[in-house]
Amino acid sequence: METLEQIKVRTEAAIAGALLEIIPNDSPSGQRSLLVDPAHAAAVAAFFRDDPQLRLDYASNVTGVDWLDTVLKEKVKVKKLIEGVEKEVEEVVERKRAGYLEAVYHLYSMELKHGPVILRMRTANRSDNVRLPSLTPVWRGCEFQEREIFDLYGIIFDGHPDLRRILMWDGFLDHPMRKDYVEPDDYEYEPTPHDEVLEKMKEHYGQKAGQ
Amino acid sequence: MSITADITLPPRNYEILPKGISNPEAAGDLLEVAMGPHHPSTHGVFRMDVVLDGERVVKLKPVFGYLHRNHEKIGENTSYLGSMPYTDRLDYFCSLTNNWAYALAVEKLAGLQVPERAEYIRIITAELTRLQNHVSLVGFLLQDMGALGTPLMYAFREREKILDLFESLTGARMMCNYMRFGGCRVDLPEGWLEQAARVVAEFPRFVDEFERLIGGNEILMARTQGVGILPKALAINTGVTGPMLRASGVNYDIRKVDKYGIYDRFSFRVPLGEHGDVYDRYMIRILEIRESLKILEPALRDIPKGPIIDPKAKLRGFRPKIGEAYGRIEAPKGELGFYLISDGSPNPYRYRVRPPSFINLTILEDMCLGQLVADVVIILGSVDIVLGEVDR
Repeated sequence: METLEQIKVRTEAAIAGALLEIIPNDSPSGQRSLLVDPAHAAAVAAFFRDDPQLRLDYASNVTGVDWLDTVLKEKVKVKKLIEGVEKEVEEVVERKRAGYLEAVYHLYSMELKHGPVILRMRTANRSDNVRLPSLTPVWRGCEFQEREIFDLYGIIFDGHPDLRRILMWDGFLDHPMRKDYVEPDDYEYEPTPHDEVLEKMKEHYGQKAGQ
Repeated sequence: MSITADITLPPRNYEILPKGISNPEAAGDLLEVAMGPHHPSTHGVFRMDVVLDGERVVKLKPVFGYLHRNHEKIGENTSYLGSMPYTDRLDYFCSLTNNWAYALAVEKLAGLQVPERAEYIRIITAELTRLQNHVSLVGFLLQDMGALGTPLMYAFREREKILDLFESLTGARMMCNYMRFGGCRVDLPEGWLEQAARVVAEFPRFVDEFERLIGGNEILMARTQGVGILPKALAINTGVTGPMLRASGVNYDIRKVDKYGIYDRFSFRVPLGEHGDVYDRYMIRILEIRESLKILEPALRDIPKGPIIDPKAKLRGFRPKIGEAYGRIEAPKGELGFYLISDGSPNPYRYRVRPPSFINLTILEDMCLGQLVADVVIILGSVDIVLGEVDR
């Protein structure tokens, strides 16, 4: 199979405006991935599926990942004057990274029997802009898995034919796989809560509990 | 916690389900039936909301989650090793293949090697698991068709012999918790190989007997042939894997494609179906049993002596380097994969299970449309689901 660099160059040539970025992976597995901008993701996915050299006709694993706001520490070499002599010194630079939600697609080819090519998409943030294009129109195998991501992570997939909660029940309010999810202090779900349970629910969910 | 407060949510379950679809050909009123969650044919706690026009299925929506326990969240809150016994509970018929898939993903993440003897043990236990899974699936499928009792009991008699082997090896019949990162937990007990060889040698006799009993049965053919057809192109696009995919004629077996473990040393064929109907799915399982026996015989004969675990593998204080890995195997029900992200801590940052029977259900509605409601039961039976894995 082609290397990721070759795939990136060919894809960017084939689809005007598409921006791909190779995400490194230092673990022994060496599975690097391609980050694609959400605006062109559907076109890139269709290209991956139909291109005769790639023919990635099978979306095996589709999943979400939650990345919180973090401070990344990077070591940077800086030239500094120390006692009149210019020296290279390592400095730790702190960089804030805003959190985002990520959808990861592991793609294989059943026809050419190669893979995986890993495709990632990132949302703008974790709160109000959590939309990504759905790739279910390209691979129907994503249908239930994207529903699961919506249910557990809260990513909203535009263009999904049937985006509903799948594992949690319909009245559930949160997205339990998020890293900052707080469990309700009362585990007993009651369709019509009352008395102490209602008070506890209001405390946990705010006013939404009463609805 | 008001994450979704200002976002318009998609419609709810009851808003989407048809209350009265305008179907010009409908002879009478449409009837909405909830099959399950407590229904003997659903193989667990699973519901299908079926809309019927007479006896024909017009619409079918599977409803999940009755057994949901957020396995993935539990996996993120325990150590890598702590999740190993939990994987047994995914597909509780095939705990050893679940163990292997998870161990394989962690080995990719941490770069561990597996000693030769452990590879052989893994192949032997995985193929035995495949035997007992396919045997019991065939029994359940016939039970669903109305062949009450006898075939299922015959199948369970054989399955019990294999579970006895698992028990003497791991201490448990079903919740084996046997594999470790870089090898296996304990070595084979004395006399185990001979006992396993006897079970394997006797197995073809059972399959022959079973096929004589059931194979040419008229009712079986009438009920299964041409029912629940899954075309090849659709099967690929929907991400269907395992025997169901091969019954539709797609030659894709991860044992052949990825050659994980030491599968490249054994010669076996990949049976393929022609029509993609329930009968093909039934026959594929019978044929796969015969192919698994072809792997087991040489594996039991050639297993070498030696260590069973990588000496570099640490059981305590196991912290893989930052990175991610996706490992997958051909489990009896399809592609079982584990996707792990490590942030350098003792717990995985992300622990994801790719459950084969959950994704195989994507296509359930398409296969059932236009079929009789009685056939929905056997179509679901031929998919081979286990709710521990579907709901996680």
